[in-house]
Amino acid sequence: MSEEKYEVKGYSEKGWLYTDKVKEHFFNPKNIFKTDQELEEFKKHADGYGTVGSPACGDVMEMFIKVKDNIITACKWRTFGCASAIASTSILSEMAIGKTIEEAKKITPQDIVKELGGLPPRKIHCSVLGDQALRKAIEDYESKN
Amino acid sequence: MKKNIYLDHAATTPLDQTVLKSMQPYFSEKFANPGSLHYPGMEVKEAIEQAREEVAKILNVKAEEIIFTSGGTESANLALKGVALQKKKGHIITSEIEHPAVLDTCAYLESLGFKVTYLRVGKEGIISVEDVKKAITKETILISIMYANNEIGTIQPIKDIGTLAKKNNILFHTDACQAAGVLDKNINVDLITLNGGKIYGPKGIGILYKNKNIQLTPLIHGGGQELNLRSGTENVPGIIGFAKALELVSKDKENERLIKLRDYFIEKVLKEIPRSFLNGHKSNRLPNNINISFLDIEGESILLHLNEKGIYVSTGSACSSHKLEISHVLDAIGLKHDAAHGSIRFTLGKSTTKPDLDYVIKELKEVVGSLRKLSPIHLKNEDIRK
Repeated sequence: MSEEKYEVKGYSEKGWLYTDKVKEHFFNPKNIFKTDQELEEFKKHADGYGTVGSPACGDVMEMFIKVKDNIITACKWRTFGCASAIASTSILSEMAIGKTIEEAKKITPQDIVKELGGLPPRKIHCSVLGDQALRKAIEDYESKN
Repeated sequence: MKKNIYLDHAATTPLDQTVLKSMQPYFSEKFANPGSLHYPGMEVKEAIEQAREEVAKILNVKAEEIIFTSGGTESANLALKGVALQKKKGHIITSEIEHPAVLDTCAYLESLGFKVTYLRVGKEGIISVEDVKKAITKETILISIMYANNEIGTIQPIKDIGTLAKKNNILFHTDACQAAGVLDKNINVDLITLNGGKIYGPKGIGILYKNKNIQLTPLIHGGGQELNLRSGTENVPGIIGFAKALELVSKDKENERLIKLRDYFIEKVLKEIPRSFLNGHKSNRLPNNINISFLDIEGESILLHLNEKGIYVSTGSACSSHKLEISHVLDAIGLKHDAAHGSIRFTLGKSTTKPDLDYVIKELKEVVGSLRKLSPIHLKNEDIRK
């Protein structure tokens, strides 16, 4: 992996380890379930579901997708993990929506890191797992269709 | 106005204004080298010897038993390596929950051929005196047990371990960096580590108390300062500040106030935030230490949300550590990684007030709630403890 390319060197001027983009997605995560009812409702009508990670390792991501005419029309998620895990899943959900199944499958951890404007190198391996959850959700969709 | 609630006093404390004032003359006005034979040098030498006397008096020991060092880490290194290198071989007893300054020094000594026993602790983080007794062999040269744990605040049975060590003629070191405010001066101990940055004193200064009857091999060779045990021109402002800080800590009546605040916070958080529990012992803990695990969420996320609200804490989560490993202390008290990831340490201090803690509890409830809404996991009892 070409981690160095997107390495965040040291802290930003405000003393933050993370970029503004990471902060934005961590503090205001996108495409989340606001209520339990919303979660149940979305679950019922989701076309694909995928999960990755383990609580012992400190990161678990799950993704739900809706697909229409081979295009991901909705993508919601839940994540247990640190700020970079939450932010990377959040931004991935935005990246996935509007993509074709084929395009979405090709999203790599590097693409996510790039979209976030970089992550501390030591965070990349453990916290950027969302692409795997997305791929599993797509496989789930494909297996049903 | 943005809040500024600092609850990380176990990491370090702010410098007390009185301490700062005591140090100020020793930067540029009384700058001379205490090793110089002229009047300015003699004046500074006298000031550091007076500081040494004061420290000794507070600890109820002799002045020549106080060695000034660069801090807790150096003092612990000097105690352990100093004894080991002097004895050349032997066995050391310590615990799994020591600070890395002790643990990593022990690992280094193992690489030199010394044997080390790392005692396990119970689920409340307390070392059993019986276990220490059982670990003693004919080769045991040193026991090193922390006075109180920096993460979960547990206070160890230092008095009993000291008695045991003395009875068996084994040297005993205690890392008391977190415990200056609760120190019992009537204990059998040969070496004590303390530092300035945890007691509202300056950083970069610490002491090692060393019983005058024992020999240490120095780590830093040179001009022979500090009884030839710690060469290098003395950190004069640091020494003056350390003595003042220790004097203030030994006089203040903070413990009672902090214990009330601590217990208030613990009770309220555990009551108002479901699926949370206290790490460490309920009462046998430092007056200012609170360590709580919040299930199903991760500590760095909690910390960063609180940070944004002007609340400053620390976490035992792997994600926040440089090594990406969970806290060795939480691991040692039997927490599974799943649950250890969600632990937060709040350490109170002189500036902490009850309204501050009420604000923290209010914000904490919100943060925990919103992170749980994002979390796909729901830990079961068997995921919490080993």
